[in-house]
Amino acid sequence: MRILGRLTIGQKLLSIAMLSSITALVSASIAFLAYDLHTIRQSLARRILTDAQIVGFNSVSPLLFNDAETATTTLGGLRAEPAIVAAIIRGQGDTRPFATYFRDGPPAARPSFPEQVAPGPVFAADHLLVSEPIRFEGRPLGTLVIQADLAEIRNRQHRYAGIVLAVLAGSLLLALGISRLMAKTISRPIVRLADTARTVSSQKDYTVRAEPGGRDEVGLLIGTFNEMLDQIQRQDSDLKEARVDLERRVETRTRDLATANKELEAFSYSVSHDLRAPLRAIDGFSKAVLTDYSPQLDERGRHYLERVRAGTLRMSQLIDDLLGLARVSRRELVRKRADVSDIAGQVAVELARRQPSRQVRVEVQPGLTAEADPHLLTIVFENLMGNAWKFTGKKADACVEVGQQANGPAPAFYVRDNGAGFDMEYADKLFGAFQRLHTEADFEGTGIGLATVQRIVARHGGRIWAEGTVNKGATFYFTLERNP
Amino acid sequence: MSSRPILLVEDNHDDVELTVMALKESKITNPVVVARNGVEALDYLFGTGAHAGRDASSQPVVVLLDIKLPLLSGLDVLRRMREDERTRRTPVVMLTSSDERDHIAATYDLGANSYVRKPVEFEGFVVAARQLGLYWTVLNEPPEPAPGR
Repeated sequence: MRILGRLTIGQKLLSIAMLSSITALVSASIAFLAYDLHTIRQSLARRILTDAQIVGFNSVSPLLFNDAETATTTLGGLRAEPAIVAAIIRGQGDTRPFATYFRDGPPAARPSFPEQVAPGPVFAADHLLVSEPIRFEGRPLGTLVIQADLAEIRNRQHRYAGIVLAVLAGSLLLALGISRLMAKTISRPIVRLADTARTVSSQKDYTVRAEPGGRDEVGLLIGTFNEMLDQIQRQDSDLKEARVDLERRVETRTRDLATANKELEAFSYSVSHDLRAPLRAIDGFSKAVLTDYSPQLDERGRHYLERVRAGTLRMSQLIDDLLGLARVSRRELVRKRADVSDIAGQVAVELARRQPSRQVRVEVQPGLTAEADPHLLTIVFENLMGNAWKFTGKKADACVEVGQQANGPAPAFYVRDNGAGFDMEYADKLFGAFQRLHTEADFEGTGIGLATVQRIVARHGGRIWAEGTVNKGATFYFTLERNP
Repeated sequence: MSSRPILLVEDNHDDVELTVMALKESKITNPVVVARNGVEALDYLFGTGAHAGRDASSQPVVVLLDIKLPLLSGLDVLRRMREDERTRRTPVVMLTSSDERDHIAATYDLGANSYVRKPVEFEGFVVAARQLGLYWTVLNEPPEPAPGR
């Protein structure tokens, strides 16, 4: 069965046809030979029996008159039948032969006639024994036993076996030829179908088609296969079209996005340049009034003008911060190994330089590094440490702490202070633009710094959150995962 | 002291007035020539167009050049100036607003000598003038006696 599995379909069909032919032919031949053997034995037995009856009848008077010579002559008549090897007549109740006949002359040894022989023909391995009782008026006188050899049957069987073998061989050769032709007719379309399937599978070419077959199951299979190829080709081309369409759309969107970005950039520029121009005029001319017309102004007038100037300054700061936020979103993110401790240290130095009057203890954990954009990371620390600096403004022992702590797979950096803190109830409002938890009078600010920080952290794929207690301080945590 | 003019290229009237005011307060007495756009500035510098007939060999002591201008931008004007033999060495101070920090590198590449953030305040201008070695040229103040003399 395993060998059968390895054969091609043509070989399988051929094998089946040949096996069937051989089985049929051999069965038929065996049946024929068996029948022939049976027939020829029957006919031989009948012939010898007839001879025995004739000779037996002719031997009645020699037995009656005890004339052995005549009996022997009568037996000699059996010479006409070449199959008879020997014959013997025994008187009734006598075991000694009364008369004998030997085809090839008297044998050297005593012929081995059995004492008792059942009446009728009896086949042994190489001979046939026929025993015929000799009677006169119903009274048994003796027995005639004839031994015939089976050389005739053997010869005939040999001849027949030769003929059968020749016919068998011829038939098989013929069957082989016909089967081959038939198998090819059946297997060829299947083989071609398999070739087509292989081509489709290996070259992803859905335009090829299997050659249509006849109206049998294989033809139906080929037809269905071709229909399936039609469908696949249609779907494939649909898919290709969809991909081209998608690419075109992505391209369009990308172009639109680039345009929108450019517009946004132009808008930012305009906001910065054009919104600031009137502010400069308000501030500049207020200042001019204050310097040039000071004598004509009373204290209240000067105060109002100072308020005008403070307002313009604040608006200018707002514009700067908003532009900073926009720039953070626009700027390309360039990750590299950043020395976080160094960045935090530099920010602390700059903060101290700007407000030399403040006494703030800054503790930066040494050896902190991150895979992040150093420029954007600097902005993060400027804002977080700037806030810590600002909100510890009313503390005598102000302290700002920068470090890193375990936080699941990605460690979180933190900036901690012991300043004004905040109510955890409003923690979700911390990172919205323009959201402030303190009044301008207590702590100045535009409310854009933490929104900027959150955007930078988000662009790194990280997360930011805060913990705080009113008047006890605040801690801001953030992560900068490379693979969020 | 020089009486060569200062060329101020600025389209915003308020900024022109504030800048002139700041220069005056700083006792800078050089005449201030104002060009409202890039084309006008180039016309003045090269004695063409509206300024046809001006002697282009006499160049302003310094050009205060706004980056954002109608028609030709400040960067275009600067590029043209640096391409021309007559204006190649004329000191140029760029006037910037805060978000133009990104542009500053580009202005230096094009050959700007310095930049001042608007509005032009005396201190800022003095720093730029000192960098350019123009301090004594534009400031009508007697040099302070050097210490130890």
